[in-house]
Amino acid sequence: MATKTWEPVIGLEIHAQLLTESKMFSSDATAFGGGDNENVSPVSLGLPGALPVVNKKAVELSVRMGLALNCHIRGKSRFARKNYFYPDLPKGYQISQYDEPLCQEGYVEFFVNDEKKRVRIERAHMEEDAGKSTHHGDYSLINLNRAGVPLLEIVSGPDLRTPQEAAEYARSVRQILRYLGVCDGNLEEGSMRCDCNISIREKGQEKFGTKVELKNINSFRFVEKALEYEIQRQIDCKESGEEIFQETRLYDSTKNKTFSMRSKEEAHDYRYFVDPDLLPVIVPDSWIEKIKKDLPELPLSRAQRFQDQYQLPQYDALILTQERELADYFEAAVQKSSQPKAVSNWMMTELLRLLNENKLDIKDSPISSEHLGELVLMIENKDISGKMAKQVFQEIWNTSKSPKVLVKDLGLSQITDEGAIEGIVDKVMAANAKAVEDYRGGKTKLFGFFVGQAMKESKGQANPETLNKILKKKLDTPS
Amino acid sequence: MTLQNKSLFELRKLLEQKEISSKELTGFFLERIERFDSALNSFVTVNDQALAQAERADEKRARGEKGKLLGLPVGIKDLLCTKGLKTTAASKMLENFVPPYSATVVTRLEGEGAVTLGKLNQDEFAMGSSSENSYFGPTKNPWNPQFVPGGSSGGSAAAVAAGLAPATIGTDTGGSIRQPAGFCGIVGVKPTYGRVSRYGIVAFASSLDQAGPMTRTVKDAALISEVISGFDPYDSTTSEKSVPAWSEKISGALSGKTIGVIKEFVEAKLHPDVKEQVDRALAMFKEAGATVKEVSLPHSDLSIPVYYMVATSEASSNLARYDGVRYGFRADFSAHPAESVEEFYCRTRGEGFGSEVKRRIMLGTYALSSGYYDAYYKKAGQIRRLLADQFMAAFKQVDVLFGPVTASPAFAIGDRVSDPLAMYLNDIFTTSANLVGVPGMSVPVGFSKEGLPIGVQLMAAPFQEQVMFDAALALEERAGISERLPNGY
Repeated sequence: MATKTWEPVIGLEIHAQLLTESKMFSSDATAFGGGDNENVSPVSLGLPGALPVVNKKAVELSVRMGLALNCHIRGKSRFARKNYFYPDLPKGYQISQYDEPLCQEGYVEFFVNDEKKRVRIERAHMEEDAGKSTHHGDYSLINLNRAGVPLLEIVSGPDLRTPQEAAEYARSVRQILRYLGVCDGNLEEGSMRCDCNISIREKGQEKFGTKVELKNINSFRFVEKALEYEIQRQIDCKESGEEIFQETRLYDSTKNKTFSMRSKEEAHDYRYFVDPDLLPVIVPDSWIEKIKKDLPELPLSRAQRFQDQYQLPQYDALILTQERELADYFEAAVQKSSQPKAVSNWMMTELLRLLNENKLDIKDSPISSEHLGELVLMIENKDISGKMAKQVFQEIWNTSKSPKVLVKDLGLSQITDEGAIEGIVDKVMAANAKAVEDYRGGKTKLFGFFVGQAMKESKGQANPETLNKILKKKLDTPS
Repeated sequence: MTLQNKSLFELRKLLEQKEISSKELTGFFLERIERFDSALNSFVTVNDQALAQAERADEKRARGEKGKLLGLPVGIKDLLCTKGLKTTAASKMLENFVPPYSATVVTRLEGEGAVTLGKLNQDEFAMGSSSENSYFGPTKNPWNPQFVPGGSSGGSAAAVAAGLAPATIGTDTGGSIRQPAGFCGIVGVKPTYGRVSRYGIVAFASSLDQAGPMTRTVKDAALISEVISGFDPYDSTTSEKSVPAWSEKISGALSGKTIGVIKEFVEAKLHPDVKEQVDRALAMFKEAGATVKEVSLPHSDLSIPVYYMVATSEASSNLARYDGVRYGFRADFSAHPAESVEEFYCRTRGEGFGSEVKRRIMLGTYALSSGYYDAYYKKAGQIRRLLADQFMAAFKQVDVLFGPVTASPAFAIGDRVSDPLAMYLNDIFTTSANLVGVPGMSVPVGFSKEGLPIGVQLMAAPFQEQVMFDAALALEERAGISERLPNGY
């Protein structure tokens, strides 16, 4: 039996915790960790009579992200109440935005397998987080430190077609969030969360199939894995004539399976209505303009500039712009050395490998951008050989000392002074008079022997080119 | 010394002249509460720290410190959070709830030196018009214990009328200050929406709720209003407008002012005694030099259905936090543990809330439900805006809108409990001010043939409280009943 060709339709809802000091609607701290139920107040506890007050910084960060996602920013947006009961939702409703979100109709571009892909952003809206429940047999515990923490929910259009695309999209949103300082993008700690909406349809069909929402995905790899599993599950359903239900499913990474959490029949009627405790959020054009002006260069355009300005290959440019700090490091090292390709090579091969092996961020690199630039410059100026440079690089990593100091300390500087090299050559020739005779007699193969002896004499520090030149001149000129 | 029918201004003078200390004054009212309140049931909790607070006020005075209310005792409706003092909202749900913080209104009163006498009875969660819906039993009307004091701020009204407190704070969502003030023969003010912070006040309907004073005199009400009004960084809906010194500028001379008689209110089916007092009040306005003209508010007949849609919808959401998880009542699960989270909620909320509260939660939940939202909540919002337009148009022609507070004087206890709709219709003249956000107040002008007080209602344009206080003073000066006490008190 010929199987049909199925096409997945995927959209992502990304929740990003905004990097504010205090919560969305109160002055409680947002710091991760801390004792249970310590970062709370009458507002985040939902005490009788407590009222929310909007955190201006959260609005500013949301506008920042909205602009970076090419969204239209509403001059006037509103908060609404999303009503549902859950023990870790203190007020019995979550303050969110509903039909008047802050950011709408944008897009984001990123590369998948060297091809540029554009995904629409339907909306990005502000909301508060709930608390955290943990279940222990016959009782449950609730920690409300997270309750009220500000989130930006970024909703993509149904534009993604493969699990890989979905993961790349999520990575690129994370990259932008981190570039802007809007969110630290830590999936494991939950400061960024990805929910995936997935349906399948026969290739060529316009109409969407029944969608399933996947939750509890805490890494980009699991975005791919969960979607792969779910696509296959839906295909199996379709091909065996079973119906796909609109439902929420949880991804279990240890079993690599998705499980039904609640069906549409159990779905909540959230009874959204405008929160009467809050006034509309007014964002004047002048403020939007100011935020726009202060936006940093975004990853994709920075990568393009690296290609244009530094003649880097696209591959290098994309990797070096993955993190703002990495790109800054690159540019600082280039500033010092004026050798972009060499800096890129050192970073892509040696530096990133060591950082990875030691699980370090670029900002914690023992080798500063200045030292890397210096090292590259020393190679360019032939102060050290490429072979020595690797040794020096490792020493900088170990000691964080400047390459100049290390080369001196280790006695590694290259001898380029012709007079000094002549002296070495003279010494070697004097000590090997017989070989000189033989060479001059026609055994020119002995040249290699002399190079080796001279190098040994110079402790490997003689500049090979200069040494070759002088050795040849002296051997070929009978005294 | 007869102190129980004196105004705040008179009592303040006695304190200033050192004729009496705050401790003596506070003790005087505490004794009266002790003596009369077992029958009246106007207090839920008496503040055991009241005398200590009064002593501190006396010390402050001795040190030369000032305060608009220094040493004056006040009662607080049990809907406002008072740090360290039980705040129940007259509900089993919050029977033993002691807030860790105070409402801004309370903080401001205490900031001016007021002494908190205790917490006053009310309808549960402010839902009701008779104070019969209290978990702690109904409050009686001091003018006749067979009758209700009105509601929901019935305890606040009865305590002032009976001379158990010189002033109290009530809250008004659809008439909950003005109607009981009318039923008990005292002054009650619902400020402009946004004048007074709602922070720390147990929310009923957020877009309608306002706290306000309940006092013996208009000038006292103006004074308390000055203290509790003003921008609060903890309530985004408060106005940044400056607060005038109403009690200093107040004047009962109304020449050049226009009083607008609301046609739909005075032509409604009114009790003859109410009609008589309304006509008397109109004569008083003319005597004070005001021009009186009739204005029409054609959509005011929709205020009751619109009000009950808006209020119940917001309430259904505001009361969701009472779930037994973090504080307040939790059903006893020791014999039959809950099998699910749903059962936990159902039993806790089913047992913790009274029937009127549950009725309103269900009404509001229904009105906000998907498929009904447009027909109910959204439609109510649209009519609310139309109503506001009509009020604003009226205030282009007149300074003050005038009408009855209620169609009849207080009704007998038990009369309307079994008929929610009849009870809701009590609010027919008062809900508009909340829906539109304008200030409104009730001023006592006379008595029914049965001896029950009758008040009239005044409203002004948003933030134009001064002219409303002026008009109220003109009535008070002519009615001359503010020192009258019910028999036996």
